[in-house]
Amino acid sequence: MTIVLATFSGLIARLYMLRRDYRQYPSYPQGWAIHLFIGFIGALLGAILVPSLIEVEFAAVSFLLMAASQFREVRNIERSSLEKLEHTELVMRGTAYIEGIARVFEARNYLAIWTAFIVAIVSEMTIHAGWMVQIPAALAAGAIAAGVLNQLMRGPSIGDIADVKMTEIGFDGPILVVGGVSVMNVGLTTARERYLKQAVAAEIIPRDVEAKATLANIGQMQAIAHDAAAMVGVYMDVGEQEFTPLVRRDPESGKLVMVMIPSEDNQEAFLEAVSNVPVLETAIRKPLRSIAGRMMDGRG
Amino acid sequence: MDITPTNQVLAVITTDRDRVGGSAPIFYVDSFSELEKVAVYLSRVFMAAVHDLGHGVYIIVKH
Repeated sequence: MTIVLATFSGLIARLYMLRRDYRQYPSYPQGWAIHLFIGFIGALLGAILVPSLIEVEFAAVSFLLMAASQFREVRNIERSSLEKLEHTELVMRGTAYIEGIARVFEARNYLAIWTAFIVAIVSEMTIHAGWMVQIPAALAAGAIAAGVLNQLMRGPSIGDIADVKMTEIGFDGPILVVGGVSVMNVGLTTARERYLKQAVAAEIIPRDVEAKATLANIGQMQAIAHDAAAMVGVYMDVGEQEFTPLVRRDPESGKLVMVMIPSEDNQEAFLEAVSNVPVLETAIRKPLRSIAGRMMDGRG
Repeated sequence: MDITPTNQVLAVITTDRDRVGGSAPIFYVDSFSELEKVAVYLSRVFMAAVHDLGHGVYIIVKH
């Protein structure tokens, strides 16, 4: 009973987390099948851990270790398949973003194990109270565990650490200037006209020193370009490098500017897309936690 | 394996013979409109970007 309940809860937890990552990864049926099955194995492991520990069977722990290495493999698989698909993207994800996605996929399996583990504990604790108590108590514990764990795993998005607003686009000779930052040299007159007519640009102004350091990460900049382009849609075709969405940094203030030519002009949607780009785990910097960082900020 | 040179000057297009030289392929053109036209053709062939260096000199660079 415990095992069935816990496995089921873990599986549901994994399904719940799969449902939420539509933006990071296309949720085609095959991907679903793979991750649900691995999640099921994880949930089963978490579930049998509790009864076997009660029976003083510590061999179960070594199986858990073996499983952990299997789940690490999930990360490798996700990483290599995303890297292979990178060439097929009009706007690259960048290695930092791929690494972030791969980590999330690995971590979610552990969350499924935890959920199943917690459900199994509650189920074993309430086993003498009869199934009328046991089943609702275990399921409630599972729902709370999955919700809390998922909330903890959610990182901030760009909108949480920076202000995003539209900015102006201009040309200084052939140089494309966005919000006072030189972005690139656009040679063709026709391309320049297209930029002036159709392009949208946003300024991403960090709210504090830590946000500034986080936004200075190249992987984060590429992730912004990729995700915004993926959400809004790009105008460019294969090989039209001058229309590639670009993110550049203003060394003066630490703000980022992003310019792209969207498939349709909708400034609201564009701003929403940029604000919703996740902050990459690997890009997060906390300079204020160091003495030197605080001295630079005048708080030392 | 597909090998593509990146961040290299793939071609130079110019209206002024005296301004350019070197090892990259150089295309001489007579007018600004021809300069733009050749630049578009070459950028599509190389799937690369066109940059304007001023004084009628364009370069094609793959990024």
